[in-house]
Parts: sequence; C-alpha cells; structure tokens
Amino acid sequence: MSSGLQVGSTVETEADGAARRRPTWFWYAVVGAALVVVSTIRVLTGAHDIDSSGALMAATALAMPIGLAGLGGLWSERAGVVNIGLEGMMILGTWGAAFFGCYYGPWAGILGAIGMGIVGGAVHALATVVFGVDHIVSGVAVNLLGAGAASYLAVRTFSGLPSGGPTQSPPLAQLPFISIPGVGDALKSIEESRIWLAADLAAILRALTTNLNILTVIGIGLFVLTWWVLWRTPFGLRVRACGEKPQAAETLGVDVYRHKLIAVLISGGLAGLAGGFLVLVASNLYREGQTGGRGYIGLAAMLFGNWRPGGLAGGAALFGYTDAIQLRGGGDVVRAYLLPIGLGLVAWAVWSLWRKRQGKPVIGALQVALGVLVLVWFSLIDRVPDEFTRMLPYVATLLVLAFASQKLRMPAADGQVYRKGEAK
Amino acid sequence: MRRIDLRRLGMGAAAPILALVVALTITSLILLLAKDDVGAVWRQFFQAPKPRQVIAMINAAVVFYLSAVAAAIGFKMNLFNIGVDGQYRVAAFCAALVAGWGSNNGLPGPLVVVIALVVAMLSGALWSGIAGLLKVGRGVSEVISTIMLNAIATNLVAFLLAKVAHQATGSNVRTTQPIAESAWVPGISLDGIIATPEKVYGLIVLAILVGVANWFLLGKTRFGFDLRATGASETAALASGVKVKRMVLVAMLLSGAAAGLVGMPLLFGQDYAYGDTFQPGLGFAGIAIALLGRNHPMGMAAAALLWGYLGQQAVGLPINAGVSEKLVDVIQGVMVLSVVVAYELVRRGGIAMEQRRVAAQLAAQRARERQPEGVTA
Repeated sequence: MSSGLQVGSTVETEADGAARRRPTWFWYAVVGAALVVVSTIRVLTGAHDIDSSGALMAATALAMPIGLAGLGGLWSERAGVVNIGLEGMMILGTWGAAFFGCYYGPWAGILGAIGMGIVGGAVHALATVVFGVDHIVSGVAVNLLGAGAASYLAVRTFSGLPSGGPTQSPPLAQLPFISIPGVGDALKSIEESRIWLAADLAAILRALTTNLNILTVIGIGLFVLTWWVLWRTPFGLRVRACGEKPQAAETLGVDVYRHKLIAVLISGGLAGLAGGFLVLVASNLYREGQTGGRGYIGLAAMLFGNWRPGGLAGGAALFGYTDAIQLRGGGDVVRAYLLPIGLGLVAWAVWSLWRKRQGKPVIGALQVALGVLVLVWFSLIDRVPDEFTRMLPYVATLLVLAFASQKLRMPAADGQVYRKGEAK
Repeated sequence: MRRIDLRRLGMGAAAPILALVVALTITSLILLLAKDDVGAVWRQFFQAPKPRQVIAMINAAVVFYLSAVAAAIGFKMNLFNIGVDGQYRVAAFCAALVAGWGSNNGLPGPLVVVIALVVAMLSGALWSGIAGLLKVGRGVSEVISTIMLNAIATNLVAFLLAKVAHQATGSNVRTTQPIAESAWVPGISLDGIIATPEKVYGLIVLAILVGVANWFLLGKTRFGFDLRATGASETAALASGVKVKRMVLVAMLLSGAAAGLVGMPLLFGQDYAYGDTFQPGLGFAGIAIALLGRNHPMGMAAAALLWGYLGQQAVGLPINAGVSEKLVDVIQGVMVLSVVVAYELVRRGGIAMEQRRVAAQLAAQRARERQPEGVTA
C-alpha cells in the first residue's frame, strides 16, 4: 500500500491547483505516517509479508488493470459521460490482446487490446453522445455485448489452436521486464534484515526498481499523461468543460459532441488496455471471465479518488494491495491491520468525545464499541477469512462514499444527456 | 388528437420490431465478418422448438420475469437498482437455509414455502435497503453502492455457505441443507397443450402474482402515482407534497423484495438447495428485459419469453451451426442497445410532433384573433 500511495500522492500534489486543496507537505506526512504505522505493526505482529517487496510487486501488477480501467472511467466522466460499460470494454480488450498477441507478438497485442476497447467505447459513444440514450442503460448493454462478443470470438478463434481452447488462448510471448541494474541485491539484503523502517523502505524501492514490466511503466506514464492533458492543455480544459457545463462550453464555441466522442473513445481504449494488461502481463493468456469485475472496481477506484488521477492511483493501489494480500494467502496480514484500525477508531472517538466536536455522543459511543469489537476480533483470530479479505476494497469504497460523499465532487454535468442547442 | 395518439402507439410498437431487425442485421454482419455460416445460425434460431424446450423456455422466462419486475420498480422512479444480482443471491441463500431447516424439522410443507418466500423478500429488501439508506442519508449513487454490494454479497454468501455447507458424497459442490420433499413445489403439467412429461415451475403462479401486484400497485394506486411522478419529475413531485426521500427508500425496498423472489422458482422447483452452482447472472438479464419491455407488465413478460426462447435455441448452436452458444449474448446485447436507441428516437420524434401540433394550433389561434380586428378596423 505504501508504495502505491506514494505514487498516488505525488501525482496528486503535482496536480495541486485549486486553492482549497491540502498543501504538499500534508501528503508526504500522510505517506510517512502510514509507513511508520505499517512498519510498526509488521514488527509487532510478525506479519512480514505486509510490505515485502514480493507483496508490493504483486500489488503493483494487480493495481495496474484496475488503475487503467479507472483512468478510462476518468476520461469519460470528466467529459460528462458515465461509463459503467468499462467491464465490457475491458473484456473486449482481453480478447484483442490475446488474438493479436498470438499472431503478431505481444506489442501488437497491446494495440489489439486498445483497438478492441475503442470498439466498445465507440458503441457507448454512439448510444450516449449521438443518440442521447441514458448512460447507465447503455453501459449495461455494453457489458452484455462485450462479454458475449469476446466469448463468441474466443470460441471462433482459439478453438483449434495448440493448447488453446474455446475459453482459453494459447500461451503468449512475454513483454520485456526492466530493472535498474545494481541496486536489487543491496536492497534485498536490507529488506531481509527486517529492521524497523529500513527494511520497509528497501522493500518499496526494490518493488519499484526491479523486474517492472514495460507495460506497467507505460501505464504509469499514461497516468501522468492523462493528468497533463486534462489539466494542463486547452484540449483538456474543453473536455472538462463538457463534463461541467456543456451549454457554457457550447456558447464559447466548443464542439461538445466531438470532445465527448473523443473522450469516450479514449476511455474505451484505456479500458481495453486494462484488459490487455491482464492477458499480456498478469497471466500470459486469455481466459474467459478473466476480468472478474475489475472494470467495476476501476470505477470504484475512480470515485474513491474523487475523479482525479492522483486519487484514482491511490484507490487502485489500495485495491491492488488487498488483492495481492488475499492471493498470497495473507489472512494474517489483514489481521495485523485490525490492530491499528481498532486503536485508531477508539482514539478518534475518545478525542472527538473529549473535544465535543461531534456534539453527538451516540456516534462517539458507537465508534468506541466498533473499535473495541475490532480489537476483540484481532485478539480472537489468527487470520481473517479470505472472503472478508476479498470484500475489503468494496466495503472500503462504500465507507468512503458514505462518510466522505460531501467532500467528493463529481463533474457537475456527469451522466446528463446533452443535446446541442437545448441550452437552458 | 386521437389520430396522433394512435400513430404514436404504432411507433411504440414499431420500436421493438425495429430493434429485432437491427439486432438480426448486426449479428449477421458479425457472423459474416467471422466467416461463420449465417444461414445455419438463423435456421437454428427460427426452427420450431421441441416440446421439452418449450417448457424450458417458459421456466427460464419465469425467473427472468421476476428479475425484470425487480429492476422495473426502480426504473419507474429513475433508480438504477444494478444490485438485483446480489439481492437475489443473498435472498436465495437465506430462504434455502430456512426452508432446509424447517422442512427437515417437521414443519408442514406449505408453511415452509410461505415462510421461505417471506424470508427471501425480507432479506432481499434488507440488502437493497442498505443502498437505499446510503442514497437517502448520504447521497451515495445507488448505481455505485449496488455494484459494491453485489461484490460484497458474492463473498459474504460464499463465506456463509462454507460455514453451513452440506457436501454430498462424491461431489465437490457445496450446498445448503437440501429441502425435504414435503416442501417441494410441484410442477404444473402442460400435457394437455404440449405433449411432454416435463413440467413448468409451480411458482410460475408467484411470477404471475408479482406481475399483477406490480401492475396494480404502480398503475392503480396513489402510491404508484406518487412513485411514477417522482420518477418523471422530482421537483414537481416535491411541490405536490410527495416525500421524495421516503419514496426512494420504499422503492428500493420494494425492488429488493421482488429481487428476493427471483431465485425461488429455482429453489423450490429444481435445485432444492442453494449451492455454488445456483444460476448466476439473473440480475443483469432482468435489467435488459425490463428495458426491452418498457417496464410494462405485459411487455416484460413478452421480453422474458423472448429471452428464454433465444437462450434455449442457442443451446443447439454448437452442434447444428458450429457456432458458440455465446452468440446469444451478442444478439441480446445488440437488441437492448437498439431498442433503447429506437425508443429514444421515437420519444424525441413524438415530442417534435407534439411541438409542431401545438405551434400549428397557436398559429391558427393567433390568425383567428387577428382577423376580427382587421375586419373592425
């Protein structure tokens, strides 16, 4: 988590434009505090996998498809088109990556994934922008269509191939991995010393410098590029204007339809690439049902991140991290987190009761009870069941939405059907 | 006036047919592009189904219909209950648990069925109620919260299932305690109409009852009027004294209660337990069917039957046409998209027609008013 959060928050601070946003040092402080907490509970509970470089590498690989799908959602929603069709576009991308990757190599696979995603995006754009259909309705249909088309095409194209089948493609060639030479071994020895804080820092650096897939690097680049284009170029301003107040943009001579169309196509391409990442990097073949709802999680990560690339990266990192922990059988790691969560809840409640900030003693009492409950749970079990670990990102998103929804701000015209010349 | 209404009615009926034609055309194009045998595919879809298949179609439609009603209750109010998927699974699990326990502990069969249905409705409503409360209390979009709740439901039910699982010997499928035969709902034989020993789900009665209740409650009561009014214009409803927040919560609860019933025909007519293999994906099918059927009780019934028909006919595709049965998902997806586009175009055309008519009337009125003035002057 720490590594991902770091990535997320540095991008966030660069994007710091609005006056009422928190200062840069705040995010460094948050990351630093998180690192200290994680390191402390690692030493206290002995759950060393909590931020081992292996777990962090796995987390990065699992966060990328979620982050890319979320980035697709960001483009579309910044232009005012809600995109719950990300999942379907992602599934189309998985097939595109496998088909083109199989015949023309992994680099063509990347293009194939993007291309198939754009096809999905084009369907969504046609329905929502051109025909003015409700965005959710269109998104649901795109999901149906994407899943159906991909499995139909998979049967059609992979059935006869050696070690391929109706629901599975043949294994594909790998994309290259890159490492920064000369640092891996030194960091490895520091990490294995398990010293408080030093080992954690070494693990994070090691995860970021060794054996990074080239597509991961490209993906991180796309995050920066998205931020730069949307927040630093005239084109980006126009796209965002279409999401905030299309009628105003129209009066200034912006071709709203065109900008929305482009944004939704880019959205599809990014979602397709997210699917491609699953095929080309995460598992090196196409398998039916491979996306497993990651398009939806990407959407959640974007909401979690308040419709901003930095926040989205943080959300994706959180989801990727919980995924990685769960895959590595890390019930003990999740249990370790119960300790600071429980203590934090109690401390926060006591503090707000003492300051009478809430003015609602019931809520404070509930918080204390919840915190104590979490601590009791921590002391009673050895590991949190896998199902709960898997539930974690969704529950976290729900809680963030429930408790911070007043602080989240989505584009003002998000989800509204825009018709040219109907300015009110 | 009457003539225009008739014409709009005609246009309304034309939309689904147009959508069907568009879906067939686009699917044919895809088949041509993939170099599959187009003729064989359509022969398979349009051949007369066997009696056994007719029963399977009706049975599939029963389940689809319940799911569509659940989605439609939300749609009527502009609420997108994407969470039917999670709600029906939570409800089916709870109902299976209760029915399995009750029927094996000497409770009379019919009583067990009734209790299980109530439990299903309550647990479905409870699950959708979370989304409703978040929407009313915290302003969280129900689309997002129900998507999250779907994922949570999947994992929660998997976890609980592992706790209570009864594993049959020689099988690695986990299920709840099977329901004793006394509480099975017997199928209805259609032997007089179609010659086959297969039976339709006894709980088809439930689907019909839910359909009638939905029609009556939303179409014929003050509550239903308020609900539809809130969907049409929230501000207007608010101005006329409708408590919008309460309506949102109630609609969400009703939708969840209906969603809870989705799994019941399967539970009491086919599976007799909830397990890993319980039919998935019914929630999203329901959304598609509600869209296709315009949220109308009869429209959705027709759409549900169409869904069942397509699904059953597709089973033979791999053997008879050498094409994956997944093709049916493509057809259904294209159909939903083209039907919503068609309805949108028809709606916009209708508004334009209305505007022209009113403009013409106003022009005529002005002309009449001006003329007497001209004469007197």
